Amino acid sequence: MTIHAAGNAAPVTAEDLRNRPATPAQRVHAVLHRQPALSPAIVLVLAGVVFALSNSRFYQPENLSLVAQQAAVVGSLAVGQTLVILTAGIDLSIGAVMVLSSLVMAKLALDNGVPGAFALPAGVLVAFAAQAVNGLLVTRIKLPPFIVTLGTLSIFTAITLIYAQGQTVILPPGSFLLWSADTVSIGSLHLTTGVLMMIGLYVVSGFLLRYTAWGRHLYAVGDDVEASRLAGLPVDRIVLSAYLVAGLAIAVAAWVLVGRVGGGDPNSGLNANLESITAVVIGGTSLFGGRGVVLGSLIGAFIVQVFDNGLALAGIDPNYQVLAVGVLVIAAVSVDQWIRSVKA
Amino acid sequence: MAVVATAGFATACSSSGSASGGGTGSVGVALILKTLTNPYFVAMEKDAKAEAAKDDVTLTVAAGTTDGDTQTQITAIDNAIARGDKGILITTNGDAVNAALKQAESAGLFVIALDTAPSPPSVADITYATDNTAAGRLDGQYAAASLKGETAVIAMLDLYNNQVVSVDIDRDHGFLEGMGIDPGSTTENAQEAKNGDYTGGSGGTYTIACHQPTQGAVDGGRTAMENCLSANPGINVVYAINEPAAEGAYAALKAAGKTDIPIYAIDGSCAGLKLVASGEFASDAVQYPGKMAGLGVDSIAKLARGGSKPSVTNGLSFYNTGTALVANTPLAGVTSETPAQGSSACWGS
Repeated sequence: MTIHAAGNAAPVTAEDLRNRPATPAQRVHAVLHRQPALSPAIVLVLAGVVFALSNSRFYQPENLSLVAQQAAVVGSLAVGQTLVILTAGIDLSIGAVMVLSSLVMAKLALDNGVPGAFALPAGVLVAFAAQAVNGLLVTRIKLPPFIVTLGTLSIFTAITLIYAQGQTVILPPGSFLLWSADTVSIGSLHLTTGVLMMIGLYVVSGFLLRYTAWGRHLYAVGDDVEASRLAGLPVDRIVLSAYLVAGLAIAVAAWVLVGRVGGGDPNSGLNANLESITAVVIGGTSLFGGRGVVLGSLIGAFIVQVFDNGLALAGIDPNYQVLAVGVLVIAAVSVDQWIRSVKA
Repeated sequence: MAVVATAGFATACSSSGSASGGGTGSVGVALILKTLTNPYFVAMEKDAKAEAAKDDVTLTVAAGTTDGDTQTQITAIDNAIARGDKGILITTNGDAVNAALKQAESAGLFVIALDTAPSPPSVADITYATDNTAAGRLDGQYAAASLKGETAVIAMLDLYNNQVVSVDIDRDHGFLEGMGIDPGSTTENAQEAKNGDYTGGSGGTYTIACHQPTQGAVDGGRTAMENCLSANPGINVVYAINEPAAEGAYAALKAAGKTDIPIYAIDGSCAGLKLVASGEFASDAVQYPGKMAGLGVDSIAKLARGGSKPSVTNGLSFYNTGTALVANTPLAGVTSETPAQGSSACWGS
């Protein structure tokens, strides 16, 4: 780096211009550009501090364990949503697929007497099949993901309701499918296997995105689909694979949901579509594709749950939680726009 | 959010037209439900179909896609007028359907509101409903009586955030009134004093630990109960807006190792009564959705064939299809049925 002899000397060459000291805003900008998960992490920590000050119960291990359990369903789903959004797509049907998958698992086990170890893969298959429909419509018929998944949202919701016949299915205690609700104690934290499955999803998807060719290709396609095509990437296959791998995350989310509900409930998880998008957006992943990390989505899912729990503990009208999340979404997208505005 | 998914769920038999009127032949009736996601309304559909088969009624069923979806309902009302139906049975999703219902009435259709009176009630020719306040009150009285003077720490697991849905307010306020606590408002939840004395049972002091929305679903009930317990681990009374919310609350209590905390639910499905029998719910206020729908179909069939108009229950603005409390242990001062007795009239499977 060139060091100016006199701080106030005007830059004279292009070299000088390029190497001039960064303003504080530019430094922040550069850091956020490199670390998309940093700004949501700061929000999470700040929220945690404020809620802990307002009610000391907030940071008790029992309560933090609950928050983790509450975030596990949307957190798992957000992994799938992140993959799709990284390709500059969006999946509005993701929650509907999860509810359908969870009902298939629970109903097969309870109503049809299928052993849980077989009902589970059946539910996983349903999630994959649904995501194959989404992915093929996007890549083969070339429909915009928003429209495709808006349509399949209706379709999967309707199939779920027809299949469920308005009934909630509660599994008997000890069912294999309820394994995702088993308690796992780590120190004074009482997590569930569902929470650990979610964390596993983040580790695996984080690794795949960062260290494999597939992951880098996903970013490339999301960032500039034409450049990727010209570079010889099988663009359609990569996009399709994002929807399919998202199917796995959906299936995990479905299993976690079965654990939380204690079975299958067509009314549970109805808001998960938008909640997963909210988590991803708050987590700093760009809706324009190509930028973001899964870790951000995990933080995003936690932020939403921390506001929900923290405001409840503070005895504040739950409407303010909805309001706060809305403000965060706008703020997160604004930060994203700002980061994208200047290419260093 | 609003998604067109279940618009116009037509029943198997919907071809034979009935526009000719007169005293014989099949009578067309439209059943327009809030949603088909809730077993409560599915039970209405089932019993309405059974009654329709008996009365030679051509029943067409439609439902909103979500609670609050008035557009689908308005379309269904328009369709009923166009089809020449003799009457409409509707559980309205909101006041937006009022104009369409008025239009139906001026076209000669008899409009029966089911489950909840529309606002204003005059929008329908008559309402067949359960008194939701009475249902909540039974639960509240039972809760107060079982406390035997102990201090009550109450979790209120409501339906929504927005606090303007009548069933939400009626059940919530009914429960508080049953416990002998002034709800503090006639139009909003969570307006009662947070601490004070309850006068139900042998009386005592109370604290409201929380009012949390559940969306009437299991996962919402669970999250709400978890947050309530975190806020106040001393909770010893749980009111739940409906059975799914109560099931979620039970899951949260179970995970916290507090299965002895009583949950007071409302709905009265067959599945719910089993949960009373097994001790997961302390009590369940039973309603009869199927009876409302069956009676509605029957009334329109009779009216179309020259019978007289149905009339309201004495002292109420609607025809009360009744409510009863189901609990394992009868308590002094509260009338209750056992789960076995209640199951003769329960709904769902």
